Amino acid sequence: MKPFVSFEQISQVFSRPDGSSLMALKDVSFDIGRHEFVAVVGPSGCGKSTLLRLLSGLLMPTRGQVTLFGQPVTEPRDEVGIVFQKPTLLPWLNALENVVFPVRHKTGRVARADYERARELIAMVGLGDFCDRMPGELSGGMQQRLGIARALLLDPDVLLMDEPFSALDALSREEMGFELLRIWNERPKTVLFITHSITEAVLLSDRVLVMSERPGTLVSNIAIDLPRPRTVASIQEKRFHEYSSQIRDLIYRPHHAA
Amino acid sequence: MNTQVKSETLSTGRTMRPERGARLLSKQAPLLTLLSFLLAWELGCRLGEVPEYLLPAPSAILAAFTDVDAMRWLGHLWSTLRVALLGFLISIAVSLPLAIGMVRSSYLSRTLYPALVVVQSTPIVAVAPLIIVILGTGDAPRILITCLISFFPIVVAATTGMMSTPPELIELSRSLRARGSREIWQIRLPYAVPHLFSGLKVAITLSIIGAVVAEFVAAEQGLGYFVQFSTSYFKIPQAFAGLFFLSAVSLLLFRLVQLIQKRLFPWSLLETRQH
Repeated sequence: MKPFVSFEQISQVFSRPDGSSLMALKDVSFDIGRHEFVAVVGPSGCGKSTLLRLLSGLLMPTRGQVTLFGQPVTEPRDEVGIVFQKPTLLPWLNALENVVFPVRHKTGRVARADYERARELIAMVGLGDFCDRMPGELSGGMQQRLGIARALLLDPDVLLMDEPFSALDALSREEMGFELLRIWNERPKTVLFITHSITEAVLLSDRVLVMSERPGTLVSNIAIDLPRPRTVASIQEKRFHEYSSQIRDLIYRPHHAA
Repeated sequence: MNTQVKSETLSTGRTMRPERGARLLSKQAPLLTLLSFLLAWELGCRLGEVPEYLLPAPSAILAAFTDVDAMRWLGHLWSTLRVALLGFLISIAVSLPLAIGMVRSSYLSRTLYPALVVVQSTPIVAVAPLIIVILGTGDAPRILITCLISFFPIVVAATTGMMSTPPELIELSRSLRARGSREIWQIRLPYAVPHLFSGLKVAITLSIIGAVVAEFVAAEQGLGYFVQFSTSYFKIPQAFAGLFFLSAVSLLLFRLVQLIQKRLFPWSLLETRQH
C-alpha cells in the first residue's frame, strides 16, 4: 500500500530574475502516515516552505513527485488546508465571514450549514464570543486562531502550517502550541508543520525532519517518542532535552565537506 | 507613533496635561489660523490702501459675492458641478477596468501603462482647445477634458492597491481553485479600497480643475467662466468671490469622498495589526 503522503526524490530549482538558477531542494524523500504530525526544522532559506507549497499543489517539483493518497499532486485540492505565517484575514470581513470565506470564494455562495460549521470551529478555537468582531480589533494570537479555523472549514485531511506561530510573542506561542494539540486531538489530521523553533517541533510532533542549509536536503528523520497528551510537564522531561539537543547538533553541524 | 505619545503622557504625568482652555485652543487652531489670516489681509488692505483692482479686501469680496444674484450663482455652480462630477464618475468607470486589466495581465500592463503615462504627461490644458475644436462646445468635450485630467491617480491607486494584496491571500485563492474573477472581486479589489480612496480624493479635486480648464477655453456658463469673465471686466472682487466659491465646492467634494469612505468602508480606516 502506498503511504498517505509521499515525497519521492524531490528536487526544486527556481530561476532568479537575473537568469541564474537557485537550487532550493535536493533529492528529498520522506513519507507521512495518516494522522501523523510531522514537523520540519532547518535554517532559514533551506526550502522548508517549498516542501509545504509542493504538497499544497501550488508548486510543481522540478524533479521527483509528491503523492497524496497514492496519487501525484498536480493541482491544489480541497483535502489540503493551509495556515500561513501571517494570519492574513480579510480586514473588511468579520471573524465569522473570514472563517466561512473559503466556501464563498470557492463556490460563490454560503449555505446556513457552512455558517454553522464555521461557528463550531470558531468556538473550538476559543473565540465563540468574537464572531462579529473585525480582524483589526483582535490580537495576533486571536487572528491566527481564526486562520486555523478557516483552514479547517473544508474539513481537510491534511493541514499544512507554515511557521504559523512565528509572528506571536513567546507566551502566546507556547499557548497556541498546546491549543493546536488539543484541536488536533479533537479533529485528527495529517499535519505538516514548518517551524524554526526546535522546542516547538519536539513538543508538537510525532516526527521531526531536520533539513540542511541550501540546497535543502533531509539530514535526519527523528521519531519523537514522548507520551501524549503533551503538556508543560513534557518540556521538563529528560527525553525532551535529549531530542532537542540532538536536533540542535544536527542543524549546527557542518554537513558539506567544503 | 501612538505608543510614543502614550509613553510621553505616562512619563510626564499629570503636570503636562493641557488645561481645558488650551485644549480648546489647540482643537480650533486651524480655524483660528484662517481667521487671523483673513484679519491680517483685511487690515493690510485698509491700512496700506491697496487698490481694489489689485487686491480686494475680504469684506469687499464678501460684498461682491452677495451682489451677485443667488440664481446666477446656482446656474454657474450647476454647470461646473455637472461637468466635474460626470467627468469624475466616468474616470472611475474607465479607470477600474483598466486597473483590473493591468493587474490580471502582464501583457496589458506592459503595453497600456506607458500609454497612460504619455497621456498623463501631456499638458491637458494645451490639448483642451484642440478637443473643443474637434468635439464642439457642448458638455461632451468638457467632460472629456475633465476625465483626461482626473483618471490617472485613480488608475495608479487602484493598480497599486490590488498589487499590494498579501501573496498569502492569492495563494489561498489559488489553493481553493477559485475563479480568477473572484480573486479580483473578493480579494484584490476590496484590498485596494484604502489606496483607491487616496486616489479618489486627489481625482475629485482634479476634476474641478478639469471642468474649470474647459470653461476657460470655451463656455458661457460655470464658475471658471465666471472668474475669467469677471477678471476681463476688471471686476476683481467678483472674480475673487468666484474663486473662493470654487475652492469651497472643491473642498466640500473632497469631504464628501472622505465621508463616503467612512460610511461605506469603515474598516478601511482601521489600522489592522497583521501587517
